[in-house]
Amino acid sequence: MRYLPHTQEDIDAMLAKTGHASIDDLFDSIPEALKTKGPLNLPEALSEWDLNTYMEKLASSNIACKDYKCFIGAGSYDHYIPALVPYLVSRSEFATAYTPYQPEVSQGTLQGIYEFQTMITQLLGMDIATASHYDCGTALAECALIALKKDRKANKIAVSSLVHPSHRQILETYLRPTGYEIVEIGTKEGLTDPTALEAMDGIAGVAVQSPNFLGNIEDLSAFKAIAENKKILFIASFTESLAYGLLKSPGACGADLVAGEGQSLGIAKTFGGPGLGLLAGTKKLMRSLPGRFIGKTKDANGDDGYVLTLATREQHIKREKASSNICSNNGLNAMTAAMYLATVGKIGIREIAQQNHDKAVYLKTSLENAGFESVFDSPFFNEFVLKAPKGFREKRADLIQNKCVFAGMDLEPYYPKLKDHYLFCATETISKKDIDQLAKEVQ
Amino acid sequence: MKEISDLNFPEDVKYTKDHEWSKSCGDIVTIGLSDYAQDQLGEIVFVELPEVGDSFSQGDEFGSVESVKAVSEVYIPISGEIVGINEDLEDAPELVNEDCYEGGWIIKIKPEDPSQLDDLMDKAAYLNMLKG
Amino acid sequence: MNKQPGTRGLIFNEPQLWEKSREGRCAVSLPKADVERAEIAPHLMGDAPGLPQLSELDVVRHYTRLSQWNFGVDSGMYPLGSCTMKYNPKTNEVQAARQGFAGAHPLAGKEFSQGALKLMYDLEQALGEITGFPAVTLQPAAGAHGELAGMLMIHAYHAKKGKQRSKIIIPDTAHGTNPASASLCGYESVNIKSGEKGILEPATVAAVMDEDTAGIMITNPNTLGLFEENIREICDIVHAKGGLVYGDGANMNAIMGIVKPGDLGIDVLHLNLHKTFSTPHGGGGPGSGPVSVVKELIPFLPVPRIEKNRDGKDLSSYKFVTDCPDSIGRLHTFYGHFGVMIKAYSYILSMGGKGLREASQLAVLNANYIKESLKGTLNLPYDRPCMHECVFNDKYQQENHITTMDMAKRLLDYGFHPPTIYFPLVVDAAFMVEPTETESKEDIDQFIDAVKAIAKEAKLDPEKLKKAPLLTKVTRLDEVTAARKPCLRG
Repeated sequence: MRYLPHTQEDIDAMLAKTGHASIDDLFDSIPEALKTKGPLNLPEALSEWDLNTYMEKLASSNIACKDYKCFIGAGSYDHYIPALVPYLVSRSEFATAYTPYQPEVSQGTLQGIYEFQTMITQLLGMDIATASHYDCGTALAECALIALKKDRKANKIAVSSLVHPSHRQILETYLRPTGYEIVEIGTKEGLTDPTALEAMDGIAGVAVQSPNFLGNIEDLSAFKAIAENKKILFIASFTESLAYGLLKSPGACGADLVAGEGQSLGIAKTFGGPGLGLLAGTKKLMRSLPGRFIGKTKDANGDDGYVLTLATREQHIKREKASSNICSNNGLNAMTAAMYLATVGKIGIREIAQQNHDKAVYLKTSLENAGFESVFDSPFFNEFVLKAPKGFREKRADLIQNKCVFAGMDLEPYYPKLKDHYLFCATETISKKDIDQLAKEVQ
Repeated sequence: MKEISDLNFPEDVKYTKDHEWSKSCGDIVTIGLSDYAQDQLGEIVFVELPEVGDSFSQGDEFGSVESVKAVSEVYIPISGEIVGINEDLEDAPELVNEDCYEGGWIIKIKPEDPSQLDDLMDKAAYLNMLKG
Repeated sequence: MNKQPGTRGLIFNEPQLWEKSREGRCAVSLPKADVERAEIAPHLMGDAPGLPQLSELDVVRHYTRLSQWNFGVDSGMYPLGSCTMKYNPKTNEVQAARQGFAGAHPLAGKEFSQGALKLMYDLEQALGEITGFPAVTLQPAAGAHGELAGMLMIHAYHAKKGKQRSKIIIPDTAHGTNPASASLCGYESVNIKSGEKGILEPATVAAVMDEDTAGIMITNPNTLGLFEENIREICDIVHAKGGLVYGDGANMNAIMGIVKPGDLGIDVLHLNLHKTFSTPHGGGGPGSGPVSVVKELIPFLPVPRIEKNRDGKDLSSYKFVTDCPDSIGRLHTFYGHFGVMIKAYSYILSMGGKGLREASQLAVLNANYIKESLKGTLNLPYDRPCMHECVFNDKYQQENHITTMDMAKRLLDYGFHPPTIYFPLVVDAAFMVEPTETESKEDIDQFIDAVKAIAKEAKLDPEKLKKAPLLTKVTRLDEVTAARKPCLRG
């Protein structure tokens, strides 16, 4: 096996040193009765070339192997990834390092993630951002726990029913053993209904996603105002980070905590993971935030350097009193996002975000002209809902099967009231020609 | 870490086995960490304080002090209500290291039962305990 | 012996991104705007985020220079105990980057995702075989997330039985994640000490196990690198009182093909694909933390689960199932870290069952060889046959006031990543070495020589060790100021 360097000579010499007659003797401390009898029932080892053939066969039975057109988002978005991003992030000094526990030989990871934290605070208008979380859903659950633990009286968290359905399910999973409760805030015309929130008592915090799961942009400032009145924490979430290349940031709208998905920032969709959990907060909440922080400091010579800091909040020191149990986060994807943000820069992010919006507006108009019905009046970023004409379900299946076009996502499984409603998405990877073609097909 | 003989233990405060000190002045008791405790903890980077108005019973955890790689809980020597917290520690936790009996005090309380102070150790008893 | 790998070299300085920024630069090729501009209402608009403005070469040079300040497994030996820093095969990266995988949208529907589903299903089967359990979930995003999944299942199991319990037993050798995960489920940790031999004594467990205790969390081999010989008896004690046994599989690299945790009496076990199954750690993740369970816990596994349709047509052989009323629910927005799963599965296919067993054998051989070679140089608190890692400390060096930290820092100058230090907590000033199987005898000998040379320096020139490292980009950093006055953004 090419990964195992030992020659028989090496093995013999090493056994002579340890004083064992055979490798099997090294395992004498394991009671015989507990040992596995017989070989593992696994396929025989493949050569690199056979592995290539086999994996390509698997990969090619996914439709993504073809040049497909993706008019769906819903938490996973198709964006261009500049060549330099995967090229740089695959440098093995980044990829094959562990968590930067030895800062003297980890300054690359440390400065890179410090810059990531900085750029995320700029994107979101927040005081501080952590070194990353698993995904938006798990980051949102952590934010809810922060709010609930802070509030000594309330044991409920209010969550908009237009938060991504998977994120609400993750929250339920996290809260089930705690005795805390989730109360859902109803909707009004594709938006979270603020009057429903106003009427709620005994809540420790409120979570609203914008753009919401239906693509509509929420009035975050209005929810902040209600939260402030109630003296509770306001959590903003989002699944499409590029929206904040254009929209007013959650921080500018007064968010106390932000949970976001960073997959759009240079990370391939990869069947939904690994993505990138973004977690940001106000300075006041710094010590309640879960996970790692990188901080700037000086070395013994007075030169600038970076270290993991505020580690006492974490599980390896505070154990059962830790703010969370997270240790490994999505570090390399945070590095990827930093590279992406540095690449697109101030000019690029604005233009790309604007193009997403332009294409989505053009797609919406085109589909309306092709017989789809507009449902909500709210402004949106790059996703929106339309009611489909009769026969679209079959047409859509045919488009995927024969033309490799994913024309929208059926909303009925998520919101049974929205039968025949579809969630569409257009990003900068979709051309006018693609849209015109789709509009023609569904006419 | 220093030898016990190099540490400073004033006569006018009372000590607990968890190394907090208490000093009574009028009807207010000031509480902090002993020189031994701050020396053991090393460079303190953060002090977690309770809120004014909170009440604790003798022996309750009322906050914690952190060094870079450790967290230690601090326990209230006698029952009472918090009437003051040392806000200087927010920006300068090192005061606990540098001046643990004066500038590095942690909380002031209004005791429920001042006679509980009598349960605590004086300097001699505390030194005996440290020398074990 | 050859020269030690550590030496001087030209290292570049590199400022923070924004110091290089110049108004008007942009490193991305902007897509053609082919539709009309659609303005968004001004009250919804924000200012453009203050990102740096750079050219493409600016970005490339920035990150190339940063990378050169890092140490990875590809740079040199990385014997970080409990972390299993083995070689990360390059073919795994090629497999994960295939367009059919990397480009796959998670909501494309099962008909169009059969390759991904089959891979996940087969990986579950393989991990089930390696660990000796009938079912596996791949959804947890990292080891700690897997622990949480396991604890949630234990919680759900007791809830279903009609009586929730309040405590969980955790040995002193446990990873800090164990109590943190348990406390997320509201369990109070009952800490117990390991015995004189460095392993758990059944009597210690029996003394605290009662009908209000949900179970025990055990790492086997434990963090001292020792096999918990009494594991079967301990599991019986816990089961007799209606509790469950959680296995922390972080150290699975010692026992693949040798012991199946499912055969030991363990009920639920998490793995770290980024440790045992060779996927890169990425400077902190992403990892993946699959969880294996016994039959009784299958109903509680997170959803969605993957099932194989035995009668169906080819195109819909594999499907997601969400209709599981007792499930703990969902843990990840989609299906977990699929990209990491591809790499781990590629590794398993490349190794085969025989190769995995051989890997564990050689990992244990390497660790024992280091233990025997260094035990006169460093103090070995538990001098017993070890598994895949061995734990020393600085007792011999204390007379010269040299600590584990000093020796670790000096190792950097010799070109080695230091071992895990000051963990496990049961050993004072621990120095925990896990070489893994992919290090050759020559590299290990060089490491041994380096440690011996440092031990000599500790006697002859202790001041040098106090100042170490001397050859790195930066010297020891001021962690106190970093924590007192946190500066978390530029």
